[in-house]
Amino acid sequence: MADSTTSRVSYTLDSSLDSVNKIEQTAEVSAQRAGFDEDTVSHVAMAVREAAVNAVLHGNSYDPNKHITASFETTPESLIVRVTDQGPGLNPDTLPDPLAPENILRGSGRGIFLIKAFMDEVHFRQLHPGTELTLIKYRTPAQPGT
Amino acid sequence: MSMKVQTRQVDGITILDLSGRITLGEGSVTIRDAVRDVLAKGSNKILLNLAEISYIDSSGIGELVSAFTTVKNAGGELKLLNLTKKVHDLLQITKLYTVFDVKDDEASAISSFSK
Repeated sequence: MADSTTSRVSYTLDSSLDSVNKIEQTAEVSAQRAGFDEDTVSHVAMAVREAAVNAVLHGNSYDPNKHITASFETTPESLIVRVTDQGPGLNPDTLPDPLAPENILRGSGRGIFLIKAFMDEVHFRQLHPGTELTLIKYRTPAQPGT
Repeated sequence: MSMKVQTRQVDGITILDLSGRITLGEGSVTIRDAVRDVLAKGSNKILLNLAEISYIDSSGIGELVSAFTTVKNAGGELKLLNLTKKVHDLLQITKLYTVFDVKDDEASAISSFSK
């Protein structure tokens, strides 16, 4: 049964792949508890993983002196995940379109695209330094048990 | 769970049976090294069997694309076999499904390579 109460948990983690895996696993559990179906749980977990990879790899560049944070908030309406880094900042408007013919065979550049494909809302905020990505998945129309 | 690769030969085609996750880090490096090894041994007709791939992220997708272009630039062919629903859906979303030659039967996949 889905949990309809509001809950929030946050982590501050190293800029490592272990942190990416931990954030992905937490996203999966959070999405399951929010009552999403199996496919949506998988999509949310992937989107959050991509956000964490972005923070660790492109934001903090694996810098051991920099950290990432991840928070998971479940409200009656939504699952809200925020991932921050301490990097130079990300301007989403400058990212090339991975679906454009000239980019389709590129070996990278699909992370933000997948995040947007799988979440209902994606917001970027500049932190000076760093970037905060907010990923939102609606629990409405009501999930079973809510 | 990390990614594992087993290599076999069928009618001159190198089949890489992949299992696990293709993600940033170990999985991506494993597939890159495996394809590089096949090319170094003089084979350039490669079939990637993804039946046991449970998960792939954007880095893994990028690695498949890189493998595809590397083999193509070497004058060879790289095809995909037995996509799971998750991988199939990801290739659809990223419009890569029509870029790759995707097969769902090993025998017909083998016979589809140019002789």
